[in-house]
Amino acid sequence: MNYLFNLFLAPFQDFIFMRHALVACMALALGCGPVGVLLVLKRMSLVGDALSHAVLPGVAVGFLISGLSLYAMTLGGIVAGLAVALVAGAVARFTLLREDASFAAIYLMSLAMGVLIVSLRGSNIDLIHVLFGTILAVDDADLVLVASITCVTLFTLAIIYRPLIVECFDPGYLRSVGGWGAAMHFIFLILVVLNLVAGFRALGTLMAVGLMMLPAASSRFWAREAWSMALVAVVIAMLSGYTGLLLSYHVNLPSGPSIILTAGLYYIFSVIFGVHGSIYSRRKIGLHLGG
Amino acid sequence: MIDSIVLHDLTLGYDGHPAVHHLSGVFEGGSMTAVIGPNGSGKSTLLKGLTGMLHPLGGRIERGSLRTSQFAYLPQQAEIDHSFPITVLDTVALGLWHRLGMFGGMKKEQWQQARQALAAVGLEGFDRRAIGNLSVGQFQRVLFARLLLQDCPVILLDEPFTSIDARTTVDLLDVIQRWHAESRTIIVVLHNLEQVRSSFPRTLMLAREPIGWGDTAEILTPENLQKARRMSEAWDESAEVCRISEL
Repeated sequence: MNYLFNLFLAPFQDFIFMRHALVACMALALGCGPVGVLLVLKRMSLVGDALSHAVLPGVAVGFLISGLSLYAMTLGGIVAGLAVALVAGAVARFTLLREDASFAAIYLMSLAMGVLIVSLRGSNIDLIHVLFGTILAVDDADLVLVASITCVTLFTLAIIYRPLIVECFDPGYLRSVGGWGAAMHFIFLILVVLNLVAGFRALGTLMAVGLMMLPAASSRFWAREAWSMALVAVVIAMLSGYTGLLLSYHVNLPSGPSIILTAGLYYIFSVIFGVHGSIYSRRKIGLHLGG
Repeated sequence: MIDSIVLHDLTLGYDGHPAVHHLSGVFEGGSMTAVIGPNGSGKSTLLKGLTGMLHPLGGRIERGSLRTSQFAYLPQQAEIDHSFPITVLDTVALGLWHRLGMFGGMKKEQWQQARQALAAVGLEGFDRRAIGNLSVGQFQRVLFARLLLQDCPVILLDEPFTSIDARTTVDLLDVIQRWHAESRTIIVVLHNLEQVRSSFPRTLMLAREPIGWGDTAEILTPENLQKARRMSEAWDESAEVCRISEL
């Protein structure tokens, strides 16, 4: 009993930084779960990835101006992410290039610029903090920021849920009833950027998208409606945060990659054993048909 | 009585390339018209123009007191994601968009209405099914149930029976007949001339330019069909150039 306690609870009881990290993960999970599910349903998984890289130069400029300051880096990240989303969206809309290609082109430029800016000043340690996060140094201000972004995300999603879903499912119908497809799409991109920025302090700009995409991709194997997928994604993201932190504490690994790798394990488990359309469930149906 | 839709010298197209030319005529309120013609003759373009989603290159469409939001439209290849995790009943309920808007909640009797619409197209008890598990015919029934709920005075259907099984086609033609009996204006793009002859009082034959528009028996003549075929063959070489210079 005591052993279990030491394994699962003691780290959080003993260390305030572990409690902070855990709360940050829970709040991130609440926002990233539904946003990630919508990204998957919109077939924009890679756009999320691109945006997470695109946030970097903004963070870097903030870092260049005022060092490791939360507000400067956050603001920079939001501005850079939105700018890339806007420019890439405009290129896709007004030229023949498709959205995925235009996002890829612009985020690569953005990422290179970001790494360059960070390397202009500061040691490699700082660069690694910005790229991979320092969840064990999450302070009260970070928590307030993450919680605020999560609240904004959940309220906004609650309001625009229906047009957003219809825009994924049947964009032609939304157009024919005069819905605001383009506006919804853009509001959604803002939410993606906000959540990536919320995640970057804890997980780093490169890892933040992991907590968004992996639980969302896993949830498809467990649920059959968008809302229940979002719930499953939130639970998986929370579990990943918790187990990832434990792993990083006990084995002395960096926390960001531990959390994302744990989420990866849940993903692999879902792909193999999930209830809907997994390898296992397809095999079972195959056997029935064969018999 | 529903207002008529009047086309005045209407030209429609994409990127300046016209697909429907100088079309003038009237869809009477409460009429039921089949639009026929060879591939690429501008039938789908015409429907898109009527919904207001495509702006005319020339001429105009007079809709009387009808607003474009009162036009229910079922495109040929709906850009629907069939793997999307949504239930049949939720899909049908989208037909209530005009009454609920983006944010309004569904009342109990509205869920009831959605269930009734589903029953009316022969899918009773399919409420909780995921759309991904439906056959092509069943899915087309779901889309018709959604049209039922939309309850629009004008209904535009683009080849609703292509690759649909015979049994479903009969049932859905029945739904269209009921709409006709309720004196809605119905415009359907069709390929099957038998269906046109047996069910549609009016016919518009298009081959980019109108070949004939009137009572079905007078339009579906061997001469007209021949003419349509000839015109469709003649376009390939000379179409784009001379048409644009006309505009």
